[in-house]
Amino acid sequence: MEILEIQNLTKTYGNQKALNNLSLSIPKGGIFGLLGPNGAGKTTLIRIINQIIEGDSGKVFFKGETLQPKHISQIGYLPEERGLYKKMKVWDQLVYFARLKDMPAALAKERVDYWLKKMDIISWKDKRIDDLSKGMAQKVQFISTIIHEPELLILDEPFSGFDPLNAEIIKNEIIELKEKGITVVLSTHRMESVELLCDQIAMIHRSHKILEGRLTDIKQRFRPNTYEIKLSGINTILPENWNAYPINGEAVFSIPLGQDSPNGTLTKLMQYGEVVGFKEILPSMEEIFIQQIKNHSYE
Amino acid sequence: MNKIWLVIQREYLSRVQKKSFLLATLLTPLIFPSIMGIFLWISIGESENPFLQIIEVVDENNIFFIESSEQYAFSFSKISSEEGKKMVNDGDRFGFLYIPKIDLSNPSGITYFGEKNPSMNLISFLESSIKRRIEEQRLFESGISPEAINAYRTKVSIKAITLGNSGEEKVTDATVNYAIGFLAGIMIYMFIFIYGNQIMQGVIEEKSSRIIEILVSSIKPFQLMMGKIIGIGAVGLTQFLIWIILIGGISSIVMGYFGLQMPQQQAMELANPELGEMMDSQNNLQNILQVINGIDFIQLTLTFIFYFLGGYLLYGAFFAAVGAAVDAPSEAQQFMLPITIPLLIGYLGLFVFVLNDPNSNVSFWLSIIPFTSPIAMMGRVSYGVPIFDLILSMSLLVVGFFFSTWVAGKVYRIGILMHGSKVNYKTLWRWIKTN
Repeated sequence: MEILEIQNLTKTYGNQKALNNLSLSIPKGGIFGLLGPNGAGKTTLIRIINQIIEGDSGKVFFKGETLQPKHISQIGYLPEERGLYKKMKVWDQLVYFARLKDMPAALAKERVDYWLKKMDIISWKDKRIDDLSKGMAQKVQFISTIIHEPELLILDEPFSGFDPLNAEIIKNEIIELKEKGITVVLSTHRMESVELLCDQIAMIHRSHKILEGRLTDIKQRFRPNTYEIKLSGINTILPENWNAYPINGEAVFSIPLGQDSPNGTLTKLMQYGEVVGFKEILPSMEEIFIQQIKNHSYE
Repeated sequence: MNKIWLVIQREYLSRVQKKSFLLATLLTPLIFPSIMGIFLWISIGESENPFLQIIEVVDENNIFFIESSEQYAFSFSKISSEEGKKMVNDGDRFGFLYIPKIDLSNPSGITYFGEKNPSMNLISFLESSIKRRIEEQRLFESGISPEAINAYRTKVSIKAITLGNSGEEKVTDATVNYAIGFLAGIMIYMFIFIYGNQIMQGVIEEKSSRIIEILVSSIKPFQLMMGKIIGIGAVGLTQFLIWIILIGGISSIVMGYFGLQMPQQQAMELANPELGEMMDSQNNLQNILQVINGIDFIQLTLTFIFYFLGGYLLYGAFFAAVGAAVDAPSEAQQFMLPITIPLLIGYLGLFVFVLNDPNSNVSFWLSIIPFTSPIAMMGRVSYGVPIFDLILSMSLLVVGFFFSTWVAGKVYRIGILMHGSKVNYKTLWRWIKTN
């Protein structure tokens, strides 16, 4: 089942199109990566899902229903540009955000205590944000996003500004939330986090969707059909187009298979020595991303 | 509705719980009476000057006599004017008054010499003494005895009574009305500026610290704006109530101590000597009490609260819009003019037109147009205003409030999400036109 279904969404600012007839479906559960360079239209899309702005045309469905104000309490949002009330106490602030998301006061207080303990900052609950270290403030920020137990969590560049230690904590929390059945939408242009976390992705470029699907499928689709090979005990001269240079009878190199099958190639390789390694090279998301953007830039 | 209430609570509590709020709330009412107290103390100290100042008088006509007062004693002699001046120079006399031989119907050439510039008090005292003496002398010369003159000297004070529609009579006093209108108008003017600014600062804080995007994903921008305006308004109302109680209490203690009249009255006399004179001529407590009894305080208080809040809400929305349009307080200046100008017109209009002639055409329009009415109408209300004018003005203020929040809401909604872009009036106009 789809938790979010976007149909032909268009949004224009002045004479600049931020989203152009964009359709997207985000399945329930799992982590969905929303990729694209800066200015692609990701933030506009996220703002429409959060009902901060409205699209000019097109439809958005949340769990099969047209998106409406009552859904706000089921969505959690960590914007790229984020902050907290500097002069407000941690505890008060979190309760306030939870209650703005329609959580009853008693439950909100209980959840705040739970999360402050879980994140190991309960002793700071009466401190003002001003008095916290940046890392602690970031934890509070993250708690404020999930405090109302949303079904859909939208994180816009969640790792920007986090130090490596906190980024790791947040990453583990995201995985834990996913295991609880919460759908996470991760908007980013950082590919390493996509590769580690996402099950499914969509790539947006210049207000258009240019790619969508399961991460493994996409990687398969864009594999260059190239293998990494390790040979040892080489006793003859290798073909020149392999660009392999043995040292002490050993060589590591990669070859594109072209029309050959892996088995055919393997048989061929055996004539030259002992095949110690034979592994398909899959493209990194980074490479696919750059490749796709280049392709679409020349259109 | 529930969410607006949450915002109101946060805005209210986060301000009221601050130490600076407590300090400002408690100290401000102390400052006003203590300044009054210091002035009174100095002026009382002056009038109790132990050194009696002696003024030498030379009268070539032999008819003038000036009675000595607590501060000045007059010594009459026949010395030459050169000798008189020398006495002043030597410090033997505080001053020297020379009255040459004069034509009583056209006196001229009377001169005062002093080492210091004489005070207004002294000169007017001398003038009125000499004037009275000349008048007496001339009346005497035309055959009226001094006893008769004294017998005919009468004090007059006019009691003003306004007639209500049903014929009821009300004792009025322009001074009391002036004072009430003046104070109420100024309080509303200050309230709008001080708390309007707080709204603006609050919006800029939310925008610049980037909380805004989190907030508007939970609550509609319009709700957020209204919550902030109402919450801060409640802070202001709380502060004013505490002030009124404290100022009232402390002032009456201070004034009671010095056995003096209320400060408003004094201020009026300073500002307008004519009114002061009028006041003197009828300065009996009973009359003032009667006047105060004649004022409908319930109506006055209710209209004050209405215009107080109405004016604040109308302008508060504009302050919020300005805050949303800029990234930092320093940029806000460029958009302040459309707020400042109508407020200043209302403020100046109150003094120049409304308080002096509450029923003139200009006063009518100033008190009807929503942008100036919160300040100007208070000047009219204290004198009593036709119920039709009041209803018209109040309805227009409500309409004005809806209009201002509608316009401001549009600017606010777009402005809060704009970072780092240069905004000018043209951009604002485009935002207002956007649906």
